Parts: sequence; C-alpha cells; structure tokens
Amino acid sequence: MPGKSGIQSGGSQGVGVEGELSIPYRHAAGRHAERFSREMRDNRRIMGVRCSRCEAVLLPPRPYCGFCFEPATEWVEVADEGELVTFTSVQGDPDAAVFEEPRIRALIMLDGAGVHFPHVLGEVAPDDVSEGMRVKAVWSEDRNGTLSDIKYFRPI
Amino acid sequence: MTRAAAVVGAGQTVHADRRTDVSVPELAREAARRALEDAGIRARDVDAVVFGSGPESWEGVNRPEGWIGPALGVPGKPILRVHTGGTTGAAATIAAFYHVTSGMFDVVLAVACDKPSERVAGGLPDDEAGAGFTLDTRELAAMQARQYIDRHYPEVREEHGAMVVAKNRGNAAKNPFAQVRTPVAAKDVMASPPVATPLKELDCPPLADGAAALVIADERRARKIASRPAWFAGLGTCSAGAFMPDFDMAYPEPCVRAAQIAYQMAWIYEPLRELDLVEVYDAFSFQELIWTEALGFCNPGEGGKMVEQGITAMDGEFPVNPSGGILSANPGGAGAMLRQLEAALQVMGRAGEHQVPGVKKAMAHSWGGALQFSTVTIFSHRM
Ligand SMILES: [Zn+2]
Repeated sequence: MPGKSGIQSGGSQGVGVEGELSIPYRHAAGRHAERFSREMRDNRRIMGVRCSRCEAVLLPPRPYCGFCFEPATEWVEVADEGELVTFTSVQGDPDAAVFEEPRIRALIMLDGAGVHFPHVLGEVAPDDVSEGMRVKAVWSEDRNGTLSDIKYFRPI
Repeated sequence: MTRAAAVVGAGQTVHADRRTDVSVPELAREAARRALEDAGIRARDVDAVVFGSGPESWEGVNRPEGWIGPALGVPGKPILRVHTGGTTGAAATIAAFYHVTSGMFDVVLAVACDKPSERVAGGLPDDEAGAGFTLDTRELAAMQARQYIDRHYPEVREEHGAMVVAKNRGNAAKNPFAQVRTPVAAKDVMASPPVATPLKELDCPPLADGAAALVIADERRARKIASRPAWFAGLGTCSAGAFMPDFDMAYPEPCVRAAQIAYQMAWIYEPLRELDLVEVYDAFSFQELIWTEALGFCNPGEGGKMVEQGITAMDGEFPVNPSGGILSANPGGAGAMLRQLEAALQVMGRAGEHQVPGVKKAMAHSWGGALQFSTVTIFSHRM
C-alpha cells in the first residue's frame, strides 16, 4: 500500500504514529452492475431484475434475490419517476462541513420497482416536500454510469 | 441449547471522545482485565476468546485480531474475530454463548473494542456503492425518523425524540463510564441546530473510544465463579440485506423477528409484564421509540406515549436504557456489547447508581448495517 508513516512525539496528544494513505482500487462490479451502468449512461434507462421466485423487481440489479436465494435474470425497465417514500434535509456532511444549500436525500419507490431507490431532490424547498409526492428524474448531460447520471428528482 | 450459560464477569473502559493514552490493544486489554477481575478469575482460566471490532478503517490499524489477541492472554488458545456492523459487540457475546453451550469450552472471554477517533478519514468503499447505492447512517436514521413520525403523527412528534434524549442523558449522569454525563432538557434538544431533518444535533450520538468485555461460563463454572450470575434465557438474531423488497424502516422486520425468536426461547408471552427493563441500541433518539414498539413493549405508534408518560424512565414501570444508552456513550463495535453488559449487571444487582431495584429479567437489543442486523439477548436471575 503506498503511503508513509512514522512516530511523532510530543505535546498534549502524547506519542502517536502518524501517516498518510493513498489507496487506489479497482473492484469487479459484476455483470449485472455493468449493464445497469451502461443503460443509465447510454440510454437514460433504469434497469432492474425480477426475482424468479418472489417476482420483486430488484435495484441495484444483481444475479440473485437476497430474500429467496434464487436467480434473478429477467431484466425489467423501471420508470424514472415514482413516489417519495421518505426524505431528510441534510445540513452538512458527517465531518461537519456545512453545505451552502441543504441537500434533500430521499428514498423513492420508482414505478415498477420493488425496492427503494436512494437519490436527492431538486427544484423544491425542504418545507414543500411531503411523503407520497410524485417525483421524476432530471438526467444529466454528462453521464458516467452511476446514480449521479440523474442530477436529481423533481416534483411533478 | 445443550447446556446453560451465564455472564459471570463484566468490564468496560470509560468511553471518551479520544483516548490518546492507550493503543487499540491496550484499550481492549483494559476492559478484559476488568472483566476477569470482576469474575475473580485469571487469564489462564479462560478457554477461548471471541473478539469483535468494527471495520479496519475504523480502528486505524489493520488486522486488529493479530495485535489484540496477545493483549487478551490468547496465545495457546482459540480466538475468533466477529464483525456485524453495529451489532458487532453483541455478536461477540453471542458467539461466546455458542462456544459454551456447545460444550466445547467452559469459560469464554468476549471482548469488543473500537477506537473511532483514530479512524482513517473517509473509510473504504462499500460494495454496490460504486454506482451510488449508499446512504450514510445519519441520513438513514433521519429518513427512518421522518417515516416513523409521519406515520404516527400526532401521537408521535419531534418532541418525543427530545424527551428520549433528556431521559437518557439524565440516566447517564448516574453512570460513571458514560461519555456524555451532562443532563439536557428536551427544550435544549429541540433548540439544537438541525443536522438532517428531523434530527437535530442532540438527537444524534457522540462517538467514543471504548471497550467492553464479558466472561461467559457454563452452568458448573458459573455457579462456582459468581454468587448471582446473569443466565442467558433467550437469544434471537436476524439479518436481512440492504435494499430489500418491502423493507419498513419504521417497523423493521429483522428486529421484530429477533425478538420473537428470543421470546420463544425464554418462554416469554407478555414482554412488558415479564421483563423488568430493556437496554436498546438508541443510536438516534427516535430509534428508542421504534425499537420499543418493534420489540413488542407497546403497539406501533405508542412509543411516544411510553416516554411522555414516564413509563420508560429509570423509576417508571418499564425502564428503557437506565445506563444512558448509545446517546450517552457510543464506542462503535463495543456499543452493542454494552447493552448486554448493562442488562446483565442489572440482573446481577450490580449496576451501581443506575441499578433498578428488583430486576429479575432484562433484555438487550442492538442493530447494525443499513438496519439489516438485529440481536436480542434476554438475561434472567434464574437458570
Ligand atoms: Zn425473491
């Protein structure tokens, strides 16, 4: 692992071992994740898979259903709009840096999906958000195959 | 279960924002040594060790089992490391229980430790996070609280979360090991700055360096070691996955099921009447209300009433978190073991200033991951 470290002494902090890490990584995403990313990037489509047993449409797509341990291989297009399940207006990140504008995190049940989809809301003030409201994806022009290919969901 | 097991000794460190005076193994050893002293046995009397800690990035050191094992007197004995998110410490105890009830070992030391003040900034990437399917714990808890309040409003309101904080911080004032021991009023909680709505700063837990340890023994040894052991009467664990179909955060199924399994094992039919108290994993204020409901102490939506009417106060008819809970001391992977430690001490009659009089049966609960791990442990004064 690249990095450096060494003993640092002194002060009220006592003796400590200090260092820095730089951790490059490359993980195999798995075949299902690959198609999910490509469809987002190239076709602006959110694709899930249907469990062969319980028939739930799963996101993110994976080749098995975590409930049934059965294969999930049938691809299903899920709508890029749905119903808001719950939300929070986040004032800053966990390391206490305060955002300029509160960020509205949300779980959305997309039409045709069986599980909640995590994203952010835009074009709406926190006070005007309510559970059950309909929201639709606003896609980014600059897409790389991750959830940030959707800029945010806006109320419809 | 093939034979009975009991907690016969307990030890914990003071839970502090930052312990610069000890390394990770030294911190773990501090709790282990106190647990052995409490039981009145030596390290050589221990047959096996189970160790629990959070992700390596949280410790700041790699493969802590390698460093911590020798600090716990392990050489020459089996050691097992367990990690199941927030339930890690409870899982270590449960693994020790399996060790003993299997008949393989008579005396097992379970230790849990975390030193998040030295965690590696940012942590490591999660699977499925590559595409952005990730929520931080605070966001998750905030959305859980929002869903819970909206479902039960006006029976449950933001004020009820504040009442939980005021109650638990008040209890912690009597717990010398707690991290935050200054009482706060519910109105102070309501007036604290918003963090992730509806959670305010004081609805969220602190983060501590700390460790906990339990000595667990079989029937024969337990009777020799302790005059009043805390017997394991029931145990339930249940896991789900992240992004599972039909997952209801306001009434989480893994918690409900873990409780059902434990009640069945302990022959408990009316939890509120048959148990004397519970220590729940109140990582965020509203969760105490949610767990109170999911564990079956009241109906869904009645959690607010439980705290408002003082039922869950230390001197109420069913105390919840007399130790002050996670809201008053949050040492990562050790937090879930602390719930068990506190419940066991209550049954042993040795909880000190926060002892609830006449406790015969007490329960400990924990949750972890994206709400997908749940554990429930029931201790009884009788085998
Ligand atoms: Zn299925």
